[in-house]
Amino acid sequence: MSLFILVALPFLGALLPGLMNSAGRSATAGVTFTVSLTAFVGLLTNLPTILEGEVVMARVDWMPLMGLNFTLMLDGLGFFFALLILGIGLLIIAYARHYLGRDDNMGQFFTYLLLFQGAMVGIVLSDNILLLIIFWELTSLSSFLLIGYWKHLPEGRQGARMALAVTAMGGLAMIAGMLILGQIVGSYDLSEILQHRDLIQADPLYVPALVLILLGCFTKSAQFPFHFWLPHAMAAPTPVSAYLHSATMVKAGIFLMARMWPVLSGTPEWFVIVTSAGLTTMVLGAVIALFKHDLKALLAFSTVSHLGLITMLLGTGTAFGAMAAVFHILNHATFKAALFMSAGIVDHAAHTRDIRRLGGLSRLMPVTFLIATLAALSMAGIPLLNGFLSKEMMLEESGRTVLFGTPWLVPALATFGSLFSAAYSFRLIGHVFLGPKRDDYPATPHDPGAGLWLPPAILVALVVLIGVAPFVVEPFVKLVTASLLGAAGVVPEAHIKIWHGLVPALFLSLIAVFGGLILLSVFKPALRLWDSTPRPEAKAIYDAIVAAAEGLARAIILPLHNGAFTRYAAIGAVTIFAAGYHAWITGTLDAPTRTMQPAGAVPIAGWLMLLGATAGMVLLHRNRLLSLILIGIVGLMVSIGFVFFSAPDLAMTQFTVEVVTIILMLLALNFLPNRTPVESSVLRRVRDAGIAVAGGVATFGLSYHFMLRDAVSTPISEFHLANSYKGGGGTNVVNVILVDFRGFDTYGEIIVLGIAALLIYALTETLLRGPVRARLLNRKPDQPRAGDTHPMMMVVLTRVLLPIVLMVGFYIFLRGHNDPGGGFIAGLIVSIAVVMQYMASGFGWTSARLRYPYHGVIGAGVLTAGLTGIGSWFVGKPFLTSDFTYVRIPPFKEFELATAMLFDLGVFLAVVGAVMLSLESFSRLARLASEVDDDHPMDIDPSREEDDADGLTSTARAGV
Amino acid sequence: MELLVASAIGILTAGGLYLTLRLRTFPVILGISLLTYAVNVFLFTSGRLAIGAAPILRDGVSTYTDPLPQALVLTAIVISFGMSAVVVMIALGAFLGADDDHVDDLPDAETDSDQKGDEA
Repeated sequence: MSLFILVALPFLGALLPGLMNSAGRSATAGVTFTVSLTAFVGLLTNLPTILEGEVVMARVDWMPLMGLNFTLMLDGLGFFFALLILGIGLLIIAYARHYLGRDDNMGQFFTYLLLFQGAMVGIVLSDNILLLIIFWELTSLSSFLLIGYWKHLPEGRQGARMALAVTAMGGLAMIAGMLILGQIVGSYDLSEILQHRDLIQADPLYVPALVLILLGCFTKSAQFPFHFWLPHAMAAPTPVSAYLHSATMVKAGIFLMARMWPVLSGTPEWFVIVTSAGLTTMVLGAVIALFKHDLKALLAFSTVSHLGLITMLLGTGTAFGAMAAVFHILNHATFKAALFMSAGIVDHAAHTRDIRRLGGLSRLMPVTFLIATLAALSMAGIPLLNGFLSKEMMLEESGRTVLFGTPWLVPALATFGSLFSAAYSFRLIGHVFLGPKRDDYPATPHDPGAGLWLPPAILVALVVLIGVAPFVVEPFVKLVTASLLGAAGVVPEAHIKIWHGLVPALFLSLIAVFGGLILLSVFKPALRLWDSTPRPEAKAIYDAIVAAAEGLARAIILPLHNGAFTRYAAIGAVTIFAAGYHAWITGTLDAPTRTMQPAGAVPIAGWLMLLGATAGMVLLHRNRLLSLILIGIVGLMVSIGFVFFSAPDLAMTQFTVEVVTIILMLLALNFLPNRTPVESSVLRRVRDAGIAVAGGVATFGLSYHFMLRDAVSTPISEFHLANSYKGGGGTNVVNVILVDFRGFDTYGEIIVLGIAALLIYALTETLLRGPVRARLLNRKPDQPRAGDTHPMMMVVLTRVLLPIVLMVGFYIFLRGHNDPGGGFIAGLIVSIAVVMQYMASGFGWTSARLRYPYHGVIGAGVLTAGLTGIGSWFVGKPFLTSDFTYVRIPPFKEFELATAMLFDLGVFLAVVGAVMLSLESFSRLARLASEVDDDHPMDIDPSREEDDADGLTSTARAGV
Repeated sequence: MELLVASAIGILTAGGLYLTLRLRTFPVILGISLLTYAVNVFLFTSGRLAIGAAPILRDGVSTYTDPLPQALVLTAIVISFGMSAVVVMIALGAFLGADDDHVDDLPDAETDSDQKGDEA
């Protein structure tokens, strides 16, 4: 099966469980199982190629310029991990089907699980390290979702947050490390990076890159001092603990160390950091695990300890160490997942995981007892079980490892850790299953159905099989080791076997096992000693760090971000001014290249009006209606300025927008207070005036100097002017730019406009449904209303005007390509015509005559424009390529037909729809607010025969 | 002429900034509108000022003003209408919902009830 499908399958499959949720729990689990099984079988189809020692590659260039490509690679190491992920995944899915309760949302659980599975397969199959990082972060996220799956448990939420904080922090460090690595090699492809061991290790940035990447690995794989998140992640449902937090995700860090082993290992830095971190984690985890009373916490710390063991083996940097690590990854995944599932069974049956409340379960739950005992004995390192084999290899390797110049340090600590490991394994068997039967279990323990015990039983069968006949897996382990080592090492000759003769490792093993037994026999005094020893609590330290970081963030942010908009506006204005000032005093200014044009009386008059209106707005802004009129004057002056300076299209647009904006503001002002009260102190007003004057002077200076100098290079509009008629078929260059040269831009723009209008509509809907509705209904107008809301003169006038204005709009639209006009302006003109009907004849009358909803008009516009663009695909041209021709229909002159006109029609419709939808939303608010609004367009209509009572009430109400 | 236009941009900016720094929604919206004029005119002037040279191609005429800033400003004008409509709607919704048209949401204000909800 193609590697792309292999990675995509779980992601695509993640859509299914949610859909199957209503079909029942078995259907949901069945679909998930089928998805995983398909991926598993697909992986196995690649087995023959892998066994020949070849590498399967698949490649699609994604962002080649950034070095980010979708390259996948399946070699022995990747195959091994993928096999664990998918194989154990299958067992977990079957187990989870029976583990989750009726109240648990199974679709959600399996969706998360499949997302995780896909991300994990992605990590082990990535050939591009940037791609790997993406999958890496995805595992952190899906792990977060799974740990917090039981949202009602505070431990679950806290554990999820902690896991995400720690692993995501490591992930960030790793991104930096990977980028450095990619810079050193000049490629982000693993297959390329793995060829450059010498180049990387000689680089001065090797150590930073190594430390950063290891930070990512250590946080993910819960190595000291980042081990503390893993036990807290145990708040997750047990299938998650078994799958993510023992068999697969926590091994992602180990996978990455193994992946990078050929290029990063073998240096003193690697050896010291990795080996000592692994060794510390191993011993610490084992010691803590022994004294944990929660079954899952014991297993969690034992997982930490075993991950440390594997890390230490990778740290030694020898080929034998790597082989032992690979073998132990396999063995640990089998016995630990089985143990977690057994713990889940005990929890399920006895309703407690507290070891102190358990004991004597062997006769009550014989099947579970058998499974858990075999797995625990394997963990303790008892011969004929797989844990013994890899643990002995570890002890053998430790005997050859010299850390800090002390030959006995590593073997002594490794044996010490193994001794505790044996002790907690024995404690698990002895204190949970052996001993007398009790009569105070929270629930009567019993063996579960096959759905719960079969998955761990399959794993335990593997534990025994590998333990008794290691030669079965030896070729596979060596194959994986060979692929791990790459060119950097040779697979050791040594065979994996049970009896090596009386070698030192055997004696160390014996010490560990018997020492463990002795330690367990003195467990009670040891526990008292442990409980009385003060030791740092990792969670408290973590919480203190988080609290300190939060306090720091608050201290920095709150003064800046205190909820006062005016403060942000002031800070923003001052910052921009300061940046501009800095540029001004440090930059140079050439002499002006243009001469100033003389100003006649008319421009000066316009300027004075603009100045007066703006000054009036500032001084009289407390009278809101007055300032609205003044801003209308400003807008008119700007429009006239556009006409004056050769921009007729702009003038028409500005003018029509001005009308629409003022109507909109008036509608809003209807509800807002009419006056702005005096609130700010004089000092504050002086400060604001200072900022305003500084900003004004700065923009004045900038634009003045700007206008007196020519552009540094030739403007691209030379091209537009030259090609407007030849290529676009229009003489109005501005319009041709809008609908042709930069049509894609315009397309985006009408979409934004449509979204804005829909947003306004949505806000109105929300307001009308909430408490505001009642407030509006009870609202009393604060000013006397006009006697006739719909004056007859205005109604008649607007009705007469409507067809004329529509005609003008149509004309403006048609001529747009060659003369000032076009879709934007025509759209605004038509909107104004329709708005006038609303104003004159009332909302009720107008909306009753409305044939198309404005949402539809927006949609039709965007679709028309889009389909016009797509049309060019059918003739093999890129999106929005335009074409035009000249046609002649006999009575008329010859005229031009351009596809750009269709596009402009889309623009026109979108503008009409957006403007009307916005204004209509505002008037809907107004309509609710006890405004007088009849179905009749005129208050007094001689031609209408109405019953007196109705007419009376409406005039009476209007007179209030 | 350049001096007039440049000073008009400066005046509009100053007025817009001052009104933007006010405490109630309505003057702030008007201030933003003034700033919009200023920015649009500024963008427009990047094509430099020309009189009687509209970019409408005609026979026998060879000098036109730069059409590109005009096209960009045209869409900017329409978009800024959309944006002011949204802002006005938000301001209106806030006022109708809370009967208060202050733009600042200070946490230490006595009337502010958000604080209690914060810890929940």
